[in-house]
Amino acid sequence: MARTEVSGRLKWRVATLTDKRAETSTATTLTFEVDEWPGHKPGQHVDLRLTAEDGYSAQRSYSMATPADGNKVVLTIQTVNDGEVSPYLTEMLEVGDRIELRGPIGGWFVWDASNPAPVLLLAGGSGIVPLMAMVRARVRGERRTPFRLIYSIRSSEELMYGSELRMLPGGIDVSYRYTRRAPDGYRGRVGRLTPRDLVEDGWPADFAPACFVCGPTGFVEAAADMLVADGHLPPRIKTERFGPTGTA
Amino acid sequence: MAIVSKGFTGKRRGNESRTPPGQYLTDDFPVLSAGPTPQVHTERWQFSIVTEMGDKRQWNWNEMLALPAEKPTVDIHCVTKWSKLDTTWRGVSLDTLLSDVDTTATHVMAHGFDGYTTNLPLDELRQGKAWLAYEFDGKPLHPEHGGPARLLVPNLYFWKSAKWVEKLTLLVRDEPGFWERNGYHDYGDPWQEQRYQGD
Repeated sequence: MARTEVSGRLKWRVATLTDKRAETSTATTLTFEVDEWPGHKPGQHVDLRLTAEDGYSAQRSYSMATPADGNKVVLTIQTVNDGEVSPYLTEMLEVGDRIELRGPIGGWFVWDASNPAPVLLLAGGSGIVPLMAMVRARVRGERRTPFRLIYSIRSSEELMYGSELRMLPGGIDVSYRYTRRAPDGYRGRVGRLTPRDLVEDGWPADFAPACFVCGPTGFVEAAADMLVADGHLPPRIKTERFGPTGTA
Repeated sequence: MAIVSKGFTGKRRGNESRTPPGQYLTDDFPVLSAGPTPQVHTERWQFSIVTEMGDKRQWNWNEMLALPAEKPTVDIHCVTKWSKLDTTWRGVSLDTLLSDVDTTATHVMAHGFDGYTTNLPLDELRQGKAWLAYEFDGKPLHPEHGGPARLLVPNLYFWKSAKWVEKLTLLVRDEPGFWERNGYHDYGDPWQEQRYQGD
């Protein structure tokens, strides 16, 4: 039996697509105007619902890529081959179309701008999306909390928000790991994230940074384990995993 | 009133009688946890049930393995929308673990070795509805999936099936656990789509 709705929270709202642009060859950034959007924190996500003519519906969760900005909700969606919802959103949905959306969801994987601790962001592939909302919140905010982002991608074709990441103000350091193929002129090693990367480009555990790790399960498991081994306390390490496991 | 998305038909990979609303079927076993995967060694493992009066029953790993085991085959449903049918487990029924426990509690807080908590109605742990599971698909439960032992409460969304479970605290009133304080539902019945507070 459904409870009565608590103060209208998390009701389904009408979202109108106002902008759509390619982020990479397989990822698309969608901007929606949402009726009476209550605002959100960087790192939170929303649920989208699509309904077919015969009433069948499907829902999926997507992270928001930007901090709160009026009625605007910005999502960067990776098209999943053979997916049920993402190909519709990225290929069929047109500016002016309306869908249903609710949120914000998730009160854990969020950056609190009033926390003075330095921030370490570890992104694997499209795991950059909620972390980018944190970076953008830091850029827009008044405090100069030191940020470091390590962004692991297969190759530069997978890079999202590239020009924006190159233009970040001081105090936000970005380093890249290419796991398959590095761009021309890149001098670093090609391969998966290693403990040495965390030493060189992360924060020492003694500085007690707030760590956010987001990406495919294998990446998150490996990165979070390295942080723990390096002395970071588990309660300071927040994770968000997606996709299948390598070990099921 | 739902908005119809022109041209959207859906893949309908569900099995309508066994897939709760809003869920899709997967053959993978996705991992969702709030933090790093803790490594819990069976030599140090212990599981306890603490009543509302403070009475405590406790089992170490070998004592737990010596209890009668069951092999449930159940469907599981994650609030992130995937469902998995006919998953096979081995574990101890909560009926067995609660059999000597004297309580008038209505709710339970499950605690994990990682500090995770989740609240459940005590009735959802009784009458063959829940297990302390330590094998999945014929193998020791992998740490990513909550090994060495986790709760298995298939009637509720899977975040209620606490990984790396260490302790159950019996409560005379409901209190929110970790995700519940972060906006998720206190009960979490997938067939009622009780995903978030207010659903």
